[in-house]
Amino acid sequence: MDYPILSIVTFLPLIGAFVLLVFLRGEDEAARQNAKLLALATTGATFLISLAILNEFDAADTGFQMVEEHGWLGGLTYKMGVDGISVLFVMLTTFLMPIVIGASWHVEHRVKEYMIAFLVLETLMIGVFCALDLILFYFFFEAGLIPMFLIVGIWGGKDRIYASFKFFLYTLLGSLLMLVAMIAMYREAGTTDIEALLIHKFSSETVAIFGWQIVGGMQTLMWLAFFASFAVKMPMWPVHTWLPDAHVQAPTAGSVVLAAILLKMGGYGFLRFSLPMFPVASDLMANFVFTLSVIAIIYTSLVALMQEDMKKLIAYSSVAHMGFVTMGIFAANQQGVDGAIFQMLSHGFISGALFLSVGVIYDRMHTRDIEAYGGLVIRMPAFALIFMLFTMGNVGLPGTSGFVGEFLTMAGAFQANTWVAFFAATGVILSAAYALWLYRRVVFGDLIKESLRQISDMDRREKLLFAPLIVFTIVLGLYPALVLDQIGPSVSALLEGYNTALAESQLAQNQ
Amino acid sequence: MFEADFSTVLPEVVLAVFAMATLMMGAYTRNHDATSRLVLWASVAAMLLVGAWIGLAPEGTRTAFDGTFISDGFARFCKVMILWGGACVLALSANYLEKHKLMKFEFPVLIILASVGMMIMVSAGDLMVLYMGLELQSLSLYVIAAFRRDSLRSTEAGLKYFVLGALSSGLLLYGASLTYGYTGTTQFEGIAQIVRMGDMSFGLLVGLVFLCAGMAFKVSAAPFHMWTPDVYEGAPTPVTAFFATAPKVAAAAMFARVVYDAFGDTVSDWQQILALLSVASMFLGAIAAIGQRNIKRLMAYSSISHMGFALMGLAAGTAAGAEALLVYLAIYVTMNIGVFAFILNMEKDGTAIMEIDALGLYSKREPGRAMALAVLMFSLAGIPPLLGFFGKFYVLTAAVDAGLVWLAVAGVIASAIGAFYYLRIIYLMYFGEDAETLNGDMPILHWGFLAASAVIMVAGVVNMFGVAGLAEAAAATLVN
Repeated sequence: MDYPILSIVTFLPLIGAFVLLVFLRGEDEAARQNAKLLALATTGATFLISLAILNEFDAADTGFQMVEEHGWLGGLTYKMGVDGISVLFVMLTTFLMPIVIGASWHVEHRVKEYMIAFLVLETLMIGVFCALDLILFYFFFEAGLIPMFLIVGIWGGKDRIYASFKFFLYTLLGSLLMLVAMIAMYREAGTTDIEALLIHKFSSETVAIFGWQIVGGMQTLMWLAFFASFAVKMPMWPVHTWLPDAHVQAPTAGSVVLAAILLKMGGYGFLRFSLPMFPVASDLMANFVFTLSVIAIIYTSLVALMQEDMKKLIAYSSVAHMGFVTMGIFAANQQGVDGAIFQMLSHGFISGALFLSVGVIYDRMHTRDIEAYGGLVIRMPAFALIFMLFTMGNVGLPGTSGFVGEFLTMAGAFQANTWVAFFAATGVILSAAYALWLYRRVVFGDLIKESLRQISDMDRREKLLFAPLIVFTIVLGLYPALVLDQIGPSVSALLEGYNTALAESQLAQNQ
Repeated sequence: MFEADFSTVLPEVVLAVFAMATLMMGAYTRNHDATSRLVLWASVAAMLLVGAWIGLAPEGTRTAFDGTFISDGFARFCKVMILWGGACVLALSANYLEKHKLMKFEFPVLIILASVGMMIMVSAGDLMVLYMGLELQSLSLYVIAAFRRDSLRSTEAGLKYFVLGALSSGLLLYGASLTYGYTGTTQFEGIAQIVRMGDMSFGLLVGLVFLCAGMAFKVSAAPFHMWTPDVYEGAPTPVTAFFATAPKVAAAAMFARVVYDAFGDTVSDWQQILALLSVASMFLGAIAAIGQRNIKRLMAYSSISHMGFALMGLAAGTAAGAEALLVYLAIYVTMNIGVFAFILNMEKDGTAIMEIDALGLYSKREPGRAMALAVLMFSLAGIPPLLGFFGKFYVLTAAVDAGLVWLAVAGVIASAIGAFYYLRIIYLMYFGEDAETLNGDMPILHWGFLAASAVIMVAGVVNMFGVAGLAEAAAATLVN
C-alpha cells in the first residue's frame, strides 16, 4: 500500500474538527445544522475509508500490517500499524461514530463545540488502537481525557462537575504511573517501538526494594503500573466508581462512546502490553486478576439490581461484563482471549445500543428513573422490541453476540481455574435477573403514569440508528467466525509467544 | 587578549550601554510619556536583536577574563530564552503601564539591567562573577516589584522581596566563602579540580549546601518559596509576568552552571539536595494552589511546582537531565507568556480583577480567548497532546535514566494533584456559573501572544520547532 491509510483514517476526523472550528461561524439554526451535517459526513467518510483497512487486512499474517514509520521528537517514532487484535477495534470505533453523531441530533447547546469534541475524540481513539510506539500510544490514550472531560462537563447532567473531575483525576493518576513504567521500559529495552518491545524479554529476576522481595522483578513492577492505568480505564472493581458517575452525568452520545469504545482501551492495553510483554508477571498475577474479575462480576451485578437510575444500572452491568473480559484475557488460552476480544466488540454494540435506548426515552420524558416508567409497550411497540433484543444480548442469550463472548471467556477460564468459571457463571444468572427486571419495570405492566400517555414511539432517525447495531448483534451471535477468523491467528501467535516466554523463565528459575 | 575578552562579553556590554543611554535620555528630556514609550519599544527591539545576535553567534565555547566568564552553547541558549522572553513581557506590559499611569522610562531600563544581570549569571565561570550578576538582577527586580509606589501591596511586595532576597544572597555568599576557604579558589574550574581529586571535605560540602539553599531561593523552590506568592500577588501584573519567566530561567540555569561546572564530579552529593527540593516544590506547588482564589497567587504556586519539575531534570545530573531542564524551561516560559497575556486583561470596567471566580462561563462570551486559555491550562497540567506533556516527559525520562525512579513516581503523583486546579479554571470558564464580570477589551498584541502561545502548544508536538535539538546541543556543552 503506498498511501498511509491508517494516518488518513486517524486524522480525518481531526481535519473535520478543524474545519468546524475555523470556518463555521454563527449560532443560528442553520449553523447548528451545518455543524451536525459536517460531523456526520466526516465520521461517515472515515468509516467508509476505514473499510479499506479491513479489505487490506490479511488475517493470516500475524505481524503488524500497513505499518507507517517516521521520526518524531526526542528519539521517539511516529509508528502506526494494526494486527488481528487491534484492527477490529479500529473498525468498531469508525463504525460507531456516525451512530453517535446521529444520536446527538437533538443537542441544542453549543453544537459546534460538541461536534468538535466528538471528532477530536474519534481521532484519539483510533490513534490508541493504531499506535505502535509506546509514547505515541500514551499520547493518544491520555489526550482522550480532554474531550471526554469537556463532554461530560459541558453537556452533562446535574452533577456533571463532580463526575467530570472524578473521571479525569482517576484516570490521570492511573495513566501517569503507566508513563513512568513506559520510561523504565524505554530505559531497559532502549526503544519505544512496540514491535521491538514485544520481542524484548524483560527481566523477571527477583529484586529487593526496601527489603521487600519482588517476585518477577521488573516485570511485576511494570505490570502493576500498567495495571493501575488499564484497571481504572476498564474499569475493574474496586476502581470502577468513576464509571457510574460519569455515565449518569454524560449526555447519551457520551455514554455510548464511553461504554462502547473508551472502556475497550483498558482491555486492549492488557492484550497489547501486559500479557505479551510481561508474561511472567501476568502469570503471577493471574489469580489476583481472577479474584477481582469474579468480585466485579458478582458484586456489581448485585449492585446493578438495586439501581433506580437506568443509566447507572447499565453502567454497573458494564463493569460486570468487563469482568468477563479481564477473566478471559488472563486465562491466557485461545478461547479466553478470543472470547475477551469478542466480548469487548459485542459489548460495544450492545451497551452502546442500551445507552441509546435510554437516550430515546430520556429525550421524551427527561428522566432516567426506572420508577417513572412502566407499560411502555403499549405506546412504544417498536422501542419495546428493540430494547428487548438488546436486553437479551446483555443477558447473553444464545443467538446474540453477548452469548458468544460470555461463553468463550468462561470456557477459557474453566481451563485455567474451575472455580473462577463457576463463580462467573453465577454472574450470568444475576445479569439475567437485573436486566429482565429492568425490562419488566420499564416496558411491561400497565401504563398507569399519566405523563406517559402521550409518549410517542421511535421516529425514523432513531430506528435507523439502531438498525446496524441490531444487525451486528444478531449476525455475530449466529456466525461468530466473522470476528474469530480475523483475530484467531494473531491471538494464537500472541499466546504462543506468551507460553514460550513463560516456559523459558521457568526453566531459568529451575536451573 | 583584551580584545578577545571584550568581544566575548560584547552583547552584555552593548545592552548595558544601551541601558545607560536610555537612562540619560529619560533623565534629560521633558516629555516623559513620549520618551518612556520610545524607550520601552526601543528596549523591546534591543532585547530581540541582541537575542538574535547571540543566537546566531558561531558555535564553540569562548571564555573571557581568565575563565571567569563563559560563553558556551548552554549560556547562549539560556540568554536567548531570557532576552526573548523578557522582550515579550515588556511588549505586553506597555498597555498596562499606560492604563495605570506607570509609563515611566525607568521600567524598561530596569528590565534591561536585570536582563544583563541574568546574562552574566548564566555565563558565570566564577562565584564572584556569579554573585555580581545575581545582585545586578536582584536589585533591579526589587525596584520593579515596588514599581507602583502608591500601592500598598506593591511596596509591600518589593520590601518583602528585598528582605528575603538579601537573606538568600547572604546564604549564597556564605556558601561561596566556605567554598573559597576549602578550595582556595572561586573559579568553577579550580573547584572542579579539587573535587575531582576526591578532596570533598566537610567544609566544602557545607559550602555546597549553602550555595544550593541560596540558589533554591532564587528559583523559588520549596522550602525557600515563601516570598513567591506574596510578591507575585503584590507586584504589578507585568512585573509578575516578568518574574515568572526570565528570572526563573536565569536562576535555574545558574543553578545548573554551579552544580555541573563546579561540582560536576560529585553528583551524588548534590543529587539528593536537588531531588528533595524538587519533590518538596512539586508537592507544595500542587497542593497549596488548590486553595487559591487569586489567579496571580495560583500562578505563583504553579511556578513553584513547575520549578520542581525543572529541578528534577537537574537532579538527574546527566546531559539528558540538562537537556530536559532547558526544554522544560523553554516550554514553561512560552506557556507563561500566553497565560499572563490573558491575566493582564482580566478586568471589569477598567479595574483589574484577579479572582478566578470572575472567569465563570467566560467561554460563552469570549470563545476564542477561553479556548486559548484552556489549551494553555491543559498544557500547564501536562496533558498530551500539548507541549506541556513533552516537558514533563523529558524530565521524567531523565530522572528514570539516572535511576531516580522514586522521584519520577513522586512527580507524576504531584502532577495528578496539580491537574486539579488547572482543570478548575477550565471548569469555571466552560461549565461554571455565569459571572459576567470580565468585560475588558483585549489589545490585538495581547491576543496575538495568547493565541500564538496556545498554537505553539498544539503545533509544537510535531517537532517542537527544533528546540529539542538545540537544547541537546546546548546541554552537551555544559556536561561533558
